[in-house]
Amino acid sequence: MNNTIISLDKVSVSFGKSQVLQNISLDIKQGDFIGITGPNGAGKSTLIRTILNLHPYTGSIQLWDTPLSKFHHWNYIGYVPQSLTQYSHQFPATVEEIVSLGLISTLSWPRILSEKNQNHILETLKSLDIQNLAKTSIHDLSGGQRQRVWLAKALVSKPKVLIVDEPTNALDPEIRKIFYEQISELHKQGLTILLITHDTNDIGNYTEKLLLIDTNIIFWGDFNEFCKSDSMSNYFGEGSKHLICHQHE
Amino acid sequence: MNNIINILQYQFVERAIIAGFFLGLVCAVLGVFLVLRKMSLIGDGLAHISFGAIAIGIAFGIYPLFIAIPLVIIASLIIYTLTRNNIIEGDAIIGILASLGLAIGVIISSITTGFNIDIFSYLFGNILAISQQELLFAIIGSITILSIIILFYQEFVAISFNTEQAKISGLPVSRLDIVFSIITALTVIMSIKLAGALLISALLILPASSSLQIAKSFQQTIIFAIIIALISIVFGIIISFIGNIPTGATIVTINTILFFTIILFKYLIKKQ
Repeated sequence: MNNTIISLDKVSVSFGKSQVLQNISLDIKQGDFIGITGPNGAGKSTLIRTILNLHPYTGSIQLWDTPLSKFHHWNYIGYVPQSLTQYSHQFPATVEEIVSLGLISTLSWPRILSEKNQNHILETLKSLDIQNLAKTSIHDLSGGQRQRVWLAKALVSKPKVLIVDEPTNALDPEIRKIFYEQISELHKQGLTILLITHDTNDIGNYTEKLLLIDTNIIFWGDFNEFCKSDSMSNYFGEGSKHLICHQHE
Repeated sequence: MNNIINILQYQFVERAIIAGFFLGLVCAVLGVFLVLRKMSLIGDGLAHISFGAIAIGIAFGIYPLFIAIPLVIIASLIIYTLTRNNIIEGDAIIGILASLGLAIGVIISSITTGFNIDIFSYLFGNILAISQQELLFAIIGSITILSIIILFYQEFVAISFNTEQAKISGLPVSRLDIVFSIITALTVIMSIKLAGALLISALLILPASSSLQIAKSFQQTIIFAIIIALISIVFGIIISFIGNIPTGATIVTINTILFFTIILFKYLIKKQ
């Protein structure tokens, strides 16, 4: 049975004269937990943003067997973006209001929230243990709490894939661990996860597959294979091997 | 108190307050979205353009709004298209078109009727002189625009929060932006009699900016902005009538005083 949900074939992206992604071909299957890593400027976020139809590209992208340009089921994808600072510091909203924005792709016009929608928002908050923050302004939250709110916003539409871009940049280690454990739990419940991070240690701890890119694909496959491959020592050095691969040794 | 009751018995004051209520409501609600999208100055630009259009109408004996409505809508769509395609920064194109509108207004006024009372009322606003026909236009226009905002409320909130996230949710952001540009243009044209081309942007910016200082949620922001706008409009009309001073300028001054009072109180509360 073909359970490929995201398929890229020879995808390239350029910004002006600068080639950011070149000939990326890969199939992502339902239930995968993929870590995406690479050096700064390698094109990790561009890859995700291209899949989300935010950048022009050449090649072919299919989501659930539908060409990207014709894809409409955006509620299948939950996305937690890289930088929270891109949101206006002035934007006035409670946690409940922010999470409700995640439901927008599931509502038919005119998009008015029903009581059922409101209850579902509260259930999502409860699943991430932040139901007590529903009426709190997002400006009154800690970094860790805010991260869980963005996660709730991404999960509220009951997506089939969760894409998380550099989620733990501004978090302290303890909160980061809790965050990854939550993501890991979601994967156990059947959610496909694409996790972009610089933190190779965390990738080694939680993900099953690895996509290492630097404009081109350097490595794509099971983490176990990566730990045995030359890419591992070439990119991270032998010294880092135990740190990254200890879960897979 | 008796004085105020007496003032409210004048039919033209009554008309001004009813028009002010509806226009204040729509400016306050739209203003929240404009301020959050960092588009505050678009009101100023479109108002200057409408001044040029109105001058053309007066010079040629055509009802000014018949000229202003299409021209200002076209201008707002030009601003949207050029900024969306990264051809020019939003503030630069707003500045260019605003200057052009004002320049056309000045040239046409000077070679035709000169700066007569009609032109001045559009430049500085004169809600106390609003006619029955203009009142009807303000009420119908305001209800239409508010209905559009209510129908697209979730979409406009999502775009104000983050345009990219709105796109990822599958919203037709470009089409929604066009709707938003058109209702902004119509709001500016409708409200020009209330505060004048030179002051209208204050009615869009100030209630929203004051509200943002104190609101904890999006809904609260809208409600506080409406309350602040209505307080300043009703008191502005009454004070301007009693003091025989320009209404638009009085409304804007009260709005500004409220804004700085809120900032001061917020600062004092934080300090305690």
